[in-house]
Amino acid sequence: MKVKALSIGMTLAAATMLAGQALAFEPTRPVEFVVASGPGGGTDNFARTIQSIITKHKLMDQSMVVLNKGGGSGAEAFLYARKNEGDPNKLYFGTNNAYLLPHVAKLAYSMEDLRPVAALAFDEFLIWVKGDSEYTTPAALIEAAKAKPNGVTFAGSQSKDTDETLVALIEQTTGTKFKYLPFNGGGEVGVQLAGGHVAANVNNPNENIGQWQAGAVKPLCVFSDKPMAKGEPVYDGKGWGDIPTCASSGVNIPSYKMPRTVWTAAGTPDEAVTYYSDVLKKVSETPEWAEYIKKTSQTGDFLAGQPLQDFITTSEKSTVGVFEAEGWLVK
Amino acid sequence: MENFELLMGGFATALTPMHITLMIVGVLLGLIVGVLPGLGAPNGVSLLIPLTFAMDPVSAIILLASMYWGALFGGSTTSILFNIPGEPSSVATTFDGYPMARSGQSTRALTLAFMSAGIGAFVGIVVITLLSSWAARFALRFGAAEYFAVYFLAFCAFIGMGSASPIKTAVSLSLGLLLSTVGMDTVTGSLRLTFGLDALLSGVSFLVVVIGLFGIGELLATVQDGLKFRGVASRIDPRDVFKTMLELPKYITTIIRSSAVGVWMGITPGGPTAASFMSYGLARQWSKPGAKFGTGRPEGIVAPETADHSAGTCAMLPMLALGVPSSATAAVMMGGLMIWGLTPGPMLFSTQPDFVWGLIASMYIANFVGVILVLLTVPFFAALLRIPFAIIGPMIVAICFVGAYTVANSTSDLWLVLIFGVVGFVFNKLEFPLAPLVLAMVLGSKAESSFHQSMIASDGSLGIFFSNYLVGTIMTIALALLIIPQTLKFIQYLKSHKSVDSAA
Repeated sequence: MKVKALSIGMTLAAATMLAGQALAFEPTRPVEFVVASGPGGGTDNFARTIQSIITKHKLMDQSMVVLNKGGGSGAEAFLYARKNEGDPNKLYFGTNNAYLLPHVAKLAYSMEDLRPVAALAFDEFLIWVKGDSEYTTPAALIEAAKAKPNGVTFAGSQSKDTDETLVALIEQTTGTKFKYLPFNGGGEVGVQLAGGHVAANVNNPNENIGQWQAGAVKPLCVFSDKPMAKGEPVYDGKGWGDIPTCASSGVNIPSYKMPRTVWTAAGTPDEAVTYYSDVLKKVSETPEWAEYIKKTSQTGDFLAGQPLQDFITTSEKSTVGVFEAEGWLVK
Repeated sequence: MENFELLMGGFATALTPMHITLMIVGVLLGLIVGVLPGLGAPNGVSLLIPLTFAMDPVSAIILLASMYWGALFGGSTTSILFNIPGEPSSVATTFDGYPMARSGQSTRALTLAFMSAGIGAFVGIVVITLLSSWAARFALRFGAAEYFAVYFLAFCAFIGMGSASPIKTAVSLSLGLLLSTVGMDTVTGSLRLTFGLDALLSGVSFLVVVIGLFGIGELLATVQDGLKFRGVASRIDPRDVFKTMLELPKYITTIIRSSAVGVWMGITPGGPTAASFMSYGLARQWSKPGAKFGTGRPEGIVAPETADHSAGTCAMLPMLALGVPSSATAAVMMGGLMIWGLTPGPMLFSTQPDFVWGLIASMYIANFVGVILVLLTVPFFAALLRIPFAIIGPMIVAICFVGAYTVANSTSDLWLVLIFGVVGFVFNKLEFPLAPLVLAMVLGSKAESSFHQSMIASDGSLGIFFSNYLVGTIMTIALALLIIPQTLKFIQYLKSHKSVDSAA
């Protein structure tokens, strides 16, 4: 009885807080934006874009400091969160690496050390081949791999990260075997493909657009349940909206996306989490944010609270399934 | 010719009072971050990025690029004066720069460094102007095997003619390689040699090690020698600057060779640090007989500085044209580019000519501005060495620790500085060379992952390193650099042995 009353009371309190901003939490020191990638990476751009929008629209009174902690594929940032338990003046920027890293590497943090605040964007994945490649459909690429197992090479960023996971998923779905070659970042991967050193990659739109504009690479399909937003034509009269979905062209993976996520350390008070998710919600409604989403060809869905929690649970479960099949899980 | 017209258009963009002011501000800020070890160009540029949000892209990149040039100049200053490299790429400058300054010729050392840096940068920009489209296509031909060949070449060029005992060189090199494997491995995705310590997750930072080895190590040696700052109550005469400038034509071969090395390493992914080491190694092998390298030979300053700057400028090209930054600073600038709404890639040159050529024109002007500014500061910096050790010593310690902390805001790095300070001191006493350790730390992990990638691609066959014209040539040159000097030494040894035998 008591517990119930208490929980009702807390819900009410939370509701009042949402309604009456005046009572809400305010950061007391400059807010640290801890970025789980090196300078110049996709996560870094994500955090710095948010920083610039908050500055421009004065969405927070305190200033912000960006701190890059990209060591160990980003684990460094989340370990820093563990050390700063309950500190409400620090935000952590990552992808799905926050909840996937502890499954593939023995690390001193777990999901228990983080609280999700919001996901602001979802990055798409595509199959890309060289501009003058003999493969014009995903099916042709799959056929080639079936004819010659381990003979067709995919390049990707890092090892056991989103790219290799997706390639493993393609293998498991289509019963093929590719060769996977890990490089340091998406830009390098794009150049390896443009130079013809590998057969294909699964880069995000932003990582390959420069090469596509020049016709050095071309997209075969996108891992999404619906085609991407229509936009300006990029090369040869074709734009993002003209790319077929992979599910409709022979690779039965309905959707594979990487969320761009913001976290706080565990033990951060509820009102602080609410405050930050409100600020980020406002960020996601600015024209500058729409511009960033368009430029990087991501999908701009805002998730917070329970829907975000549900998304993380589903995404973690399905990806861990792939890890298990590949034997990557660490105990 | 078309490039020339575009360049003139670029000058029109860059030569406005606003942009010239930005260049001067950028170069001065860069000098400051360059002089402070640890707070290098990448940190400096990322601190400035938020300020550029409100600017138009051309002004923003001019400010950031000028800061980069300033930092490259500033990095050499502390290398020469205090044996503390302000930037990773100025490590090789310490080898001869510091001994020269110690022998009372700090003005000469600084002037040599700055002038050859300026020339190197100029060559780099000319190459970008003339060859932008060709160079971008050329860089596309580099796959994993070619990357490895380039790193291998840098190793061989440096080691082939090491002056220290081969076994000591091997020990130092292996230690460096070992240190470079700490942290997460790109190719396998597993953690190595972290011993469960969170602090080692992102590896042992090369800059922190260098600050310890050179900065603290040198200080310990000074203290052991009896608490007086080694060297230098030299007369500071501004005319020395001009005298040194007239000296430069003597080193024309070194300058040409070093710029070529720098341009090559800047366009391919070697980067400025590898370029300066390689160029120093080559200079040591091919210079006319004279004073030993490492004792303050002018070529030992000219070679790394020229290569460092021509590589630094050329590194902008793969960043703009391919979206692949070949130095940490270029990576940060590329991040800025994306925030300003530009897409680096082959089409940037045709879709944003104002931006690209404005930047290239500004590189000519900013480097010119940079050389003049730093030459003006030479007498002041040189005078720093006259301050008594009791004052400057503690300041150096403070700068070293602040610098090491700035690298990653991590207190565990401070312990590393101390440990490597002791290592540097011991290495010096036992006459182990430090340079191979540093080189292995810079290139070790890159060389390892590109080797591993090549092996995956070729299913484990070493034949991949001779599978095409390009990679085969680089590998052959590398092996030649490694083997020929040793063979010559061996033949000489046999000859002298024979003569001894016949005499007996």
